[in-house]
Amino acid sequence: MNHFRKVGLAAISAAALAVPAMAETELTMYYPIAVGGALTEVVDGIVADFEAANPDIKVNAIYSGNYDDTRVRALSALASGEPAQLAVMFSIDAYDLIEQDLVVPFDDIEGVDTDWLNSFYPALMANGKIEGKTWGIPFQRSTIVAYYNKDMFREAGLDPESPPQTWDEMISMGKALTDDDTYGIMIPSTGYPYWMFQALAIQNGKEVMSNDGLTTYFDDPAVVETLEFWKALSTEHGVMPEGTVEWGTLRQAFLEGQTAMMWHSTGNLTAVKNNASFDFGVAELPANERKGSPTGGGNFYVFKDTTPEERAAALKLIEFMTAPEQAATWSIKTGYMGVSPAAYETEALKAYTTEFPPALVARNQLENAVAEFSTFETARVREGLNNAIQAALTGSQSAADALAEAQAAAQRLLRDYQ
Amino acid sequence: MAKHVDIERRRQAIYGWILLSPAAILLTTFAFYPSLATFWSSIFSRETRRKPSEFVGAQNYTDLFADPTFWKVVTNNLIYAGATIPISIAIALAMALWANSKIPARGFVRTAYFTPTVLPMIAAANLWLFFYTPGLGVLDQIGALFGLPSVNWLGQPETALWAVIIVTIWKEAGFFMIFYLAALQTIPEDLKEAADIEGASRWMYTRRIVLPLLMPTTLFIMVNALINSVKLIDHLFILTKGGPNDASKLILYYIWEMAFAFFDAPHAAAMTILVLFVLGVVAGIKFTILDKRTHYQ
Repeated sequence: MNHFRKVGLAAISAAALAVPAMAETELTMYYPIAVGGALTEVVDGIVADFEAANPDIKVNAIYSGNYDDTRVRALSALASGEPAQLAVMFSIDAYDLIEQDLVVPFDDIEGVDTDWLNSFYPALMANGKIEGKTWGIPFQRSTIVAYYNKDMFREAGLDPESPPQTWDEMISMGKALTDDDTYGIMIPSTGYPYWMFQALAIQNGKEVMSNDGLTTYFDDPAVVETLEFWKALSTEHGVMPEGTVEWGTLRQAFLEGQTAMMWHSTGNLTAVKNNASFDFGVAELPANERKGSPTGGGNFYVFKDTTPEERAAALKLIEFMTAPEQAATWSIKTGYMGVSPAAYETEALKAYTTEFPPALVARNQLENAVAEFSTFETARVREGLNNAIQAALTGSQSAADALAEAQAAAQRLLRDYQ
Repeated sequence: MAKHVDIERRRQAIYGWILLSPAAILLTTFAFYPSLATFWSSIFSRETRRKPSEFVGAQNYTDLFADPTFWKVVTNNLIYAGATIPISIAIALAMALWANSKIPARGFVRTAYFTPTVLPMIAAANLWLFFYTPGLGVLDQIGALFGLPSVNWLGQPETALWAVIIVTIWKEAGFFMIFYLAALQTIPEDLKEAADIEGASRWMYTRRIVLPLLMPTTLFIMVNALINSVKLIDHLFILTKGGPNDASKLILYYIWEMAFAFFDAPHAAAMTILVLFVLGVVAGIKFTILDKRTHYQ
């Protein structure tokens, strides 16, 4: 009797659960915004369009702060048993997510299209392709670009159409642009200092890591020289403020005319365009030995702990959000780049970039771009590099000492994986 | 007869357990069990795809002691506690004595002073970001009026921790004042009258009557301030993220970072156990020494 009752109850509750589940698959997606601004509305709009086109799928898109906050929110939701099927997280979290066995490679999801996987810019796939599989699909991707104030260039007697092409020009123009109220250039050194540093190191002809995520080159002479150059911009040449430059408030500082040039994510482009009261330009980063910028930004990941239906629905959502039309809309509304060549072939983005050519700079720079800094134990290795950069910039350690320490720490952390 | 006593005793015991059970259940769920679980996970290594978790004994603890960042963070936290606790208590006491006397616009003074307490931590930190931001910030704008150069308060190691300390004092002093104000109002008027009749000076009255009678409150506030000095994390997220170069990183932020940014739960657990241990020792000192010296009414 008791046994029958149990079975009966189980059947009823299973039926009760299964009926709405058949009607709709519910997805919870966490996503970050690292550049500030009202981008949540843009995401909500795209998600609403997706739900309208797929009435059987319901999406809870949860904005969860910057990249670190998002990782924390998504992973603690998973740990506490709350549902989360997919997330936009840092493209460089891939190694850690794989190592924690949290995400599933896209190649292993039922019904994935190889052509689709190959439709994105290869440079944007670099951080997501590990050990022969694809773990992340590019979404809000960027490179670092140089924003500059054309009005200030004119006032300083410089040609507003020729921003600095080399480090030397950056210094000489920076000096012409620096006065009592204004600095020539600001490169942010909080938030994501390693990112800016990586750009400088590439330009100086040296990468800070190997491609397999197992070796770092922090103490290489060229890398040390790079950090010394960054510091010299303020201490020796006086074109940048001393101490650290705040990532989060830099855009505002640029808009208020406190600096003639700023290096920042291309994700700020539309916000700068909408708020600048002056004529501004966007340039590729200057070169020393070579040109270069790391890519940056967020990828889609699908979590391992999902049912086949949820994975299929998640795949559908990701395909929708990265489709050329959506990618074009996203790029226009934010400044992030279109993730596939096809996005730049859409009417919308073609018309927009004709009218506003700076929107092409980040994409054009992909030609010289490299994968963003990412290793095993990436968060801790990165923290060591961040601290070394800040220690040198604030003058509490020499560049050589700080980087040697960071290198020793990184070697200790990576030894287990080699 | 004997049986009757037995039943009575058992009844009393059950009654006692029933009275104890709410506290016992809550404490077990939210204090004892988590502490034990944390301790348990602090003696195992981290599980990753290529290495299963295994028993490592005190290894996680010795790792921490060998980690220079850990000592940096401990030092920061000692400076932080050493500055915020006495200063915020002193300011709270001074303000309470002032706000308790018959001054004009007393209500306004009390409200103004209490406002920071009502603000959420994140809002308060964002507010102070507008004070500290170089160039744009209020401090720099005021400094500029006097021709002072722009100072990057949060962006240099010498000032970052102190900038956080000032925010905490600003936020906490008003909260502590409320306790002092309440305590001051329980001091009977006739003590003051008696002191006046005896010809005691105002200072003598404060030192011999008011301060001893405030001692239980001071002790309570000290414990609170100590707890707050270990649990500060919200401000750091907004103001400095522990930087630059770990200059303003405090212990709880480091634990958070270990657990959620570095995915290293065992080391985070080991650090948590160390904090628990230190707080336990402090609580012991409080019960054995300070309590005896405190005069309760």
